[in-house]
Amino acid sequence: MTRRIVVEINGRPHEAEVEGRLLLSDFIRHTAGLHGTHVGCEQGVCGACTVQLEGAPVRSCLLLAVQADGRSLRTVESLAPAGAEGLHPIQAAFQETHALQCGFCTPGFLMTVDAFLREQPEPSTAEIREALAGNLCRCTGYKAIIEAVELAAERLRRP
Amino acid sequence: MKPAAFAYDDPRELDEALTLLAREDEDVKVLAGGQSLVPLLNFRLARPDRLVDLNRVEQLGYLRREGDVLRIGALARHADLERSAEVAGGWPLLAQAACFVGHPQIRARGTVCGSVAHADPAAELPVALAALDARFHVRSVRGSRVLSADELFLGYFTTALEPDELLVEIEVPAPPAGSGSAFVEHARTHGDFALAGAAAIAAGAEARMALLAAGPVPVRARAAEALLASGASFAEAADAAVAELGLAGEDADWRRALLRELVLRALEEAGA
Repeated sequence: MTRRIVVEINGRPHEAEVEGRLLLSDFIRHTAGLHGTHVGCEQGVCGACTVQLEGAPVRSCLLLAVQADGRSLRTVESLAPAGAEGLHPIQAAFQETHALQCGFCTPGFLMTVDAFLREQPEPSTAEIREALAGNLCRCTGYKAIIEAVELAAERLRRP
Repeated sequence: MKPAAFAYDDPRELDEALTLLAREDEDVKVLAGGQSLVPLLNFRLARPDRLVDLNRVEQLGYLRREGDVLRIGALARHADLERSAEVAGGWPLLAQAACFVGHPQIRARGTVCGSVAHADPAAELPVALAALDARFHVRSVRGSRVLSADELFLGYFTTALEPDELLVEIEVPAPPAGSGSAFVEHARTHGDFALAGAAAIAAGAEARMALLAAGPVPVRARAAEALLASGASFAEAADAAVAELGLAGEDADWRRALLRELVLRALEEAGA
């Protein structure tokens, strides 16, 4: 049983005929062809597949593609779109503070942090740690990621 | 893994959802936040014939105060509890408990009613709602009924909800005037399911307590509440709260010790 859906991703409509059981993470990667969103555990634990649904950070492996029909999504590709000059301030901060090594978890962190800093532009370290708690990184030990968020928050306050 | 195939409906109206739930020829599951159900689908531990997705039933997406009660609609999410000024002012225990639910991404999607209907004894909100004497409004095509926590929670992941019934609203009476509240828990890692926890509401000698992961359902410590009312200390009440529990197995001793400490801390924090 399939259904025709239209999902707006990063401002562009993506239309497809999908099965009810198709996960949103698979729709983003395989149907829309946006491979920046990574799929780690597929059980809602690792946070690698985090995207923003109507601005809120959500795990795309715990949503069905049909649930996003008519809704608007943002993925990591929206941060520094093709043609834009340089990286997004959050991405630049991650690069400068060495907040990534293998980079597999990074798109999920970036989308979590982007939503978080919009809601809390002046976060304490404790608030940053709480905001990042749903994203796992097996390389960095998190210290550099927390520094990246602090740096990005500072720069976004004073662009 | 990927879910097995299922039929999918996303009705716009509550009546339509209830009609779909009443189908007797199929195993029908309700999908709301999906933060517990979708992992089960992905593992194929759940293989329903049909999913009824409530997310487009707009009439269920509310969290509002009406006089002395808070009404939590079936689509109100954990993040709504965390951010509501109404909840922070009148029902702080719910916001205190919601902070412990999973992570920000989980709280952005997961629903309060979904957590209750899932009935995991290690879930925070059912425990907080038990302490608050919440009333659970259930609807089906056959009619409606209202249940207390004691009537609703029957066992591990088991409630009194019939297959055709939907938990449409949780009604939470205001806690006693001037009361303080606290929610405490212990988990091995941040955001993981708690090994034990306690919720307390205290106003002088009047207190209510509920325990998390202390049995197959949220446990209301009524004997301990009665002791407090007759002048016992918080420490004596904490002793009584765990003495009531039928904990068994080789981890019963440390579980009892942990729960006692958490009850004591919750009482002290709520009563401070």
